[in-house]
Amino acid sequence: MFDLKNKTFRAGAVITLVMLLIITVGVFWTPYDPNAMDAAGKMAAPGPRHLFGTDNFGRDIFSRVVQGAGATFFIALCSVSIGLAAGLLVGGLTGYYGGWVDELLMRLNDTLTAFPSLLLALVLIAVFQGGKYNIILVLGVLFIPTFARIVRMEVARQKALDYVANARLMGVGDMRILFVHIMPNIWPVLLSAVAIGFNNAVLAEASMSYLGLGVQPPDPSLGRMLNEAQGYLLRAPWYALSAGAAIILLVLGFGLLSEGLGGDGRA
Amino acid sequence: MRTVLRKTGVLILTLLLVTLFAFLAFELIPGDPTTMLLGSDYTPERAAALRESLGLDRSVAVRYLDWLVSFVTGDMGRSYTYSMSVREVLRGKIAVTAVLSLLSWVLVIAVSVPLGVALVRYQKKPFGKIGFSLNQVMMAMPPFFLGILLTYLFGILLKLFTPGKFVPLSEGPGRSLAYLFFPALAISLPKIAKTVKLLRASILSEMQREYVLTAYSRGNSRWMVIKNHVFRNALLPVVTYLAMSLADIVASSIIVEQVFVVPGLGRLLVASISNRDYPVALCIVVMIASVVVVMNYLADILTQAIDPRVRLS
Repeated sequence: MFDLKNKTFRAGAVITLVMLLIITVGVFWTPYDPNAMDAAGKMAAPGPRHLFGTDNFGRDIFSRVVQGAGATFFIALCSVSIGLAAGLLVGGLTGYYGGWVDELLMRLNDTLTAFPSLLLALVLIAVFQGGKYNIILVLGVLFIPTFARIVRMEVARQKALDYVANARLMGVGDMRILFVHIMPNIWPVLLSAVAIGFNNAVLAEASMSYLGLGVQPPDPSLGRMLNEAQGYLLRAPWYALSAGAAIILLVLGFGLLSEGLGGDGRA
Repeated sequence: MRTVLRKTGVLILTLLLVTLFAFLAFELIPGDPTTMLLGSDYTPERAAALRESLGLDRSVAVRYLDWLVSFVTGDMGRSYTYSMSVREVLRGKIAVTAVLSLLSWVLVIAVSVPLGVALVRYQKKPFGKIGFSLNQVMMAMPPFFLGILLTYLFGILLKLFTPGKFVPLSEGPGRSLAYLFFPALAISLPKIAKTVKLLRASILSEMQREYVLTAYSRGNSRWMVIKNHVFRNALLPVVTYLAMSLADIVASSIIVEQVFVVPGLGRLLVASISNRDYPVALCIVVMIASVVVVMNYLADILTQAIDPRVRLS
């Protein structure tokens, strides 16, 4: 399943692991307190004291980027988990049983995919309002149809295979067949979808927070940092560059990972 | 012909569902618009009167049908924040977003096809290898961050345009287009990268086919095989992708308009969601979603028209 000879997979795994390592360390320790202000050292250029320089309040940008990346990753993790859990349940049951519920949900799915995901996220934000936990909810709901569609397709394909008929002949119950026999076999496909889900979640969170509709102050987020940084582009371009670079690395890592796992890597 | 008719039926059904979904979503929003509209003038009597004049006292089904009929006939309701009709609020904004999206789309088509072919032609050369790696990074680039980079590079360092000083289309179409070139670049570069990647993969997989071996055996060089035999076949999935990508481009423009302060539909949508001006937001959402649905429908029909093989399946 993990093809270590695959260059794309290796590159994605290295980038993602390094980012996750920095984020994990950042939870316990950052070079400076991300919120500590320093009136004397405002907008300092990157240097040995401040790796990525300081912002308009003299706060250390490296520490803030690490904290922001952690917050963005946390939101991605939660929303992908919601989407995956609900997608497994809905996709598994409809793929296994079929019938009119399946038909209905697939029609609904088609309608939802007619909306560009950013537009759908904006509609849901209008309904639920912004804020850290609402963003998680909105993105989680947004991911359900994608995961459900993939799970449904795979379950329907597996259902026709001999081992399922065999299990049924031996008197294994439907739920056990679905969750114990079939589910382990669809993981390889699902893993690639999970990676691309992280990719989309990071992008979506950053976009919404950049627009001012996502994470609200004082909660940290990479998108919100970029929004602030744009105002200081003339005097402190390193502010925007650092936050943007963190987003790109996260997105790139997950994108390559998904591609290396056999997905088409398209967001 | 029968497939086209059937697909048109599905199209109309999808459009209806899209409008219904958007309408219901904005219905679900907690809170009463009258509280916000009246502000400190709020009294239960005034609220009731306002509810009646806005038609909020009728049932959801009646209001949806009413709204749909007036929307289709061009009456889009009144804005909550500005004391004018939604139609007036939207005036001029649609053209800006349409021009920006079309410009980005043209850029995507014009750049990605030659670039994709070049990357395969020089696949083993440094140009092909470096180009492919850069392409991977560009795919991960969020359009709004690219917009900020372009603002810094071309707006602040090179002073090729003044960030935030958009010239309206009516005042100078030329200068307006010159300004829109930079947001269009921010929208199209990541899209170009994705298209290049698809075209490259499509050509490389087409190169495995048997007719390629035949073409080689007649003494063609690799480039001749690509140019004369493989290219046309490999283009098919790309054409579908390009036709469908206009939808994504319109969505990206929502956010890139924000970066470059372009007064289009996207900026208005974000502002109307922040201000809870739901009639305006609903209209924009329905318009953008409808464009997307129709574009995907046309892409579908186009693919069938180009390749008879698809018609059978």
